[in-house]
Amino acid sequence: MLAVVAVLVFALLRLAPGDPAAIMAGDAATAEQIAQIRAGLGLDRPLVVQFGIWLGKVLSGELGESFYFRIKVATLIGQRLEPTFALATLTILLAVLVSVPLGALAAWRQGGWLDRALMGFSVLGFSVPVFVLAYLLIWLFSLELGWLPVQGYARIADGLGAFLRHLILPASTLSVIYIALIARVTRAAVLEALGEDYIRTARAKGLPELRVLVRHALANAAVPIATVIGIGIAILIGGVVVTESVYAIPGLGRLTVDAVLARDFPTIQGVILFFSLVYVLVNLLIDLSYVFLDPRIRY
Amino acid sequence: MRRLIFAAAALAAVCTAAAQESVLRVVPHSNLNILDPIWTTQYMARNHGYMVYDTLFGTDEKNRIQPQMVEKWSESPDHRLWTFTLRPGLAFHDGKPVTGEDVVASLERWGKRDAMGQKLMTFVERMDAPGANTFRIFLREACGFVLEALGKPSSNVPFVMPKRVAETPADKQIDDATGSGPYIFVKEEFKPGDRAVYVKNTRYVPRKEPPSGTAGGKHVYVDRVEWNLALRDAQAQVNALQRGEVDILEQPAFESYPPLQADKNIQVVNSNPLGFQYMCRFNHLYPPFNNQKVRQAALAAMAEEPFLRAQVGIKQFYRTCPSMFTCGTPYGSPKGSDIQSKSNMRKAQELVKSSGYDGTPVVLMKPTDLAAIQKLPDVAAQLLRQAGFKVDLQAMDWNTVVTRRAKRDPPAQGGWNMFCTAWVAPDIWNPLANPAVSALGEKSWFGWPSDAELEKLRDQFARETNEAKKKALAEAIQARAFEIGTHVPLGEYVNPLAARKNISGFVTGPGNLYWNIKKN
Amino acid sequence: MLPRNWSVRIGGAALLALILVAIAAPWLGTVDPTLFDAASRDLRPGEVGSITTLEGETLPHRFLMGSDSYGRDIYSRVLYGTRVSLIVGLACAVVALFCGVLLGLIAGYVRAADGLVMRVMDGVMAIPAILIAIAVVALWRASLATVIMAIAIPEIPRVTRLVRSLVLTIREEPYVEAAVALGTSAPNIMFGHILPNTIAPLLVQGTYICAFAILLEAILSFLGVGLPPDIPTWGNIMAEGRVQFVAYPHNVFFPGVFLAVTVLAVNMLGDGLRDTLDPKLAVDEHA
Repeated sequence: MLAVVAVLVFALLRLAPGDPAAIMAGDAATAEQIAQIRAGLGLDRPLVVQFGIWLGKVLSGELGESFYFRIKVATLIGQRLEPTFALATLTILLAVLVSVPLGALAAWRQGGWLDRALMGFSVLGFSVPVFVLAYLLIWLFSLELGWLPVQGYARIADGLGAFLRHLILPASTLSVIYIALIARVTRAAVLEALGEDYIRTARAKGLPELRVLVRHALANAAVPIATVIGIGIAILIGGVVVTESVYAIPGLGRLTVDAVLARDFPTIQGVILFFSLVYVLVNLLIDLSYVFLDPRIRY
Repeated sequence: MRRLIFAAAALAAVCTAAAQESVLRVVPHSNLNILDPIWTTQYMARNHGYMVYDTLFGTDEKNRIQPQMVEKWSESPDHRLWTFTLRPGLAFHDGKPVTGEDVVASLERWGKRDAMGQKLMTFVERMDAPGANTFRIFLREACGFVLEALGKPSSNVPFVMPKRVAETPADKQIDDATGSGPYIFVKEEFKPGDRAVYVKNTRYVPRKEPPSGTAGGKHVYVDRVEWNLALRDAQAQVNALQRGEVDILEQPAFESYPPLQADKNIQVVNSNPLGFQYMCRFNHLYPPFNNQKVRQAALAAMAEEPFLRAQVGIKQFYRTCPSMFTCGTPYGSPKGSDIQSKSNMRKAQELVKSSGYDGTPVVLMKPTDLAAIQKLPDVAAQLLRQAGFKVDLQAMDWNTVVTRRAKRDPPAQGGWNMFCTAWVAPDIWNPLANPAVSALGEKSWFGWPSDAELEKLRDQFARETNEAKKKALAEAIQARAFEIGTHVPLGEYVNPLAARKNISGFVTGPGNLYWNIKKN
Repeated sequence: MLPRNWSVRIGGAALLALILVAIAAPWLGTVDPTLFDAASRDLRPGEVGSITTLEGETLPHRFLMGSDSYGRDIYSRVLYGTRVSLIVGLACAVVALFCGVLLGLIAGYVRAADGLVMRVMDGVMAIPAILIAIAVVALWRASLATVIMAIAIPEIPRVTRLVRSLVLTIREEPYVEAAVALGTSAPNIMFGHILPNTIAPLLVQGTYICAFAILLEAILSFLGVGLPPDIPTWGNIMAEGRVQFVAYPHNVFFPGVFLAVTVLAVNMLGDGLRDTLDPKLAVDEHA
């Protein structure tokens, strides 16, 4: 599958107009200087040859060198990985912690005020663009209340406090759509479980409601929740691109936008390939996690 | 136990040292990705150059050339042999002294890339370094701009690099940022698109004179300068400065000034009083702008004021300037500008009618990701349409603009008719530096005007050593350039920096210079 | 939760109103949304300024939603922006559904093509939609067509999968087997017997694609890789206004509200349709 991705990405980029050599040369460069740079980058060779060279490198685990930043794409991705990874992890964590209990409670009291509010919120969560939400949160929590920094990223190595303070706003922004998604699925799955016979049996045995809800109903909702987290990774990556731009976080999302604007082909190819790999791996991990989440599944 | 206490004490000492270390947190005007200020003309590479390298001469606030690394120099009576002596105490970051050989190698590499350097090299017979701290330039014939070239304040600046670095072929980028300048580049901490870090060069010996432009003593009062390359959203930049998360914004968006000026913790400082000039460039190869009369009509339609008002908007930050060279500098003169400066829309409409313009649409390229120039094409389109032109305004990112403007293809096949840009004053303030008045056809800057008379005048200017005669020649060059319509100058503007109030000691120059700055 | 038919009614009514606004934009007190006048920069909602026409005439104008930093009328831009958003949403849904149905029918019916088609679809699906869209729009010149293609392409695999699975189920049904036994040609079976049975789920899927496309178009414009900025789209208005979001929030507020309401309406319509047409599809796999 990744081979398909590789071909698609390469075709997509290289058939497009735009010349990385021109922007590297600067404002006063002449056409001859630009042509020289093109040759230096190997961009004057036939496309098939360029693809062969690139694919050969990729297969040996090498993503090539960025035209624009002039360092190895793998190094570049390594430098930008921490912020994106931290942001994505915190977002998922936050979303699961908020949405699973809410979704379960909403199902437990189906049709109650919490249920209505949650369903209303989930439709709204899908409808408000990430950046509008980001600006609202920045305005409220950073500018008006002055609680949190407006931008930037602090490395974990610089202290956990600063790290979290910088990440709370972006992660909250990004988690809204995720909360909407997971809450819906949790609600539906718990609702289905609550209608099953064994729940009725458990209740008839006189088990406390909370125990019924958590141990029996929620446990059965684990597989659909895990599945939706996997599907949501694609949305999350999209959200990361936008969120990193608004909060000035030097992660992979920013890198993608910068690389596209600079026509930095090796970097764009590398980043997309990397994200695709993450997507595939996460979904593989989730498939494997079914074994733990649902005792009936055996591989 | 004792060892533990010692370690704790040492740790505490390190911590206090870290706490006292003063760090200047700067938001530069753009991204830094190329670390070779000779290979590219990008202004970010130039500013990086001023951090880590030193120059032979500098240009002071009054635009006079002053010695910087050079202590003294002499000129033979026939103006053909120039001998320079370096001042004592110059050393590269690796500890090795700066020698005449380093200088010669650096000048040779610069002379292959820079436009003014290339021009200088046509006069140069050879260069050598007879002593450790001397170098000589032998000329074939007298040349009027030796010191101007060596003290050139903007791209490409003839920075002095170690010989081993300067021997890199001119068409390859250097990898080694070792210089002899006031700051040392921390390669391990450089993350492109994230941040670049410079630390104080404690070995640097500043000149005795007070700092002035790129001349004078380069004293460093902070331990560390961090360029934040990730913070690019204009509103986020303002927020960050207001909250004290950064110290300096190099070029705030024009829309950002009202809130910045209203904040009592923030100062707006103009460290580049000569500022920038806007221009729109014609493509002389294809219709409609291959016709001199049509170019004249466009010049008449494009008055400077509407551009400045829309793009800059803040009255005290812009001024109209009838010169193609910077107003307020030696060659800034209104000569020949009447076609544009004393015109109006009705006259432009008549000129369009009488020019034989056949309705060919003007393909006008608009960059969408450069806030400092992106409104110019909208204004140009509006004015040209009012004058009777058909305009095809095409939006694209700046990368595509620079790609397309290098193409000599017809506009319908991926070429273009007009684009707009901005130049910092020293890049356009004389007929040799200004790339837009070169008229060597396909060897010229994008747009490729061709005019033997203009070239003859520029050549005379290059050879002239008498200042009064140079001024007269510059006026003649400008008059001819307006007559043939090389490009449309659109007035001048400044883009002052914004900083926290506890920052002081800004140095005036064409770019943002970080010596002499104090943080309290 | 609202009763399902209410969801359809409210969503449908809001959408209808937006469509009317889009069509009637020129007669709702708007001016040419590309006109600007530097004298009318940064007006607050309701203030009066001036507009210079293409002929060079200067007319007084009330800026109901204020003006941007060029001095353009936000009200006119937002109203005309409705057209772009709706066209993009609808066109993306149509393109994605058309390609997806075609590929899904082929994959589901032609055994030989199944492996190849689905392998390619898996590949496309593994690339996050927004990355494909950014790359396509930024590298090919941004126009309505490229934006629509860029947003529609990543949606195709989902439709293909849906149609393929439906085809695989339906072709086992007795009436299809009967048609095969009677010697009905393959295209006839596909379009005459199988396709009609896929319409309900496709309609639901289409509304989600539409809502997602409207959002993504705005995000692309916001990142500076969408439609050219002089075209009034909600994303472009917000991208232009973000520079002074704190001082002049109206530049982001008004288009943001229109965008959220539109997407909300489409989503509600989709949810309602799903519940009405097929209760079994109640688990939403699409955002």
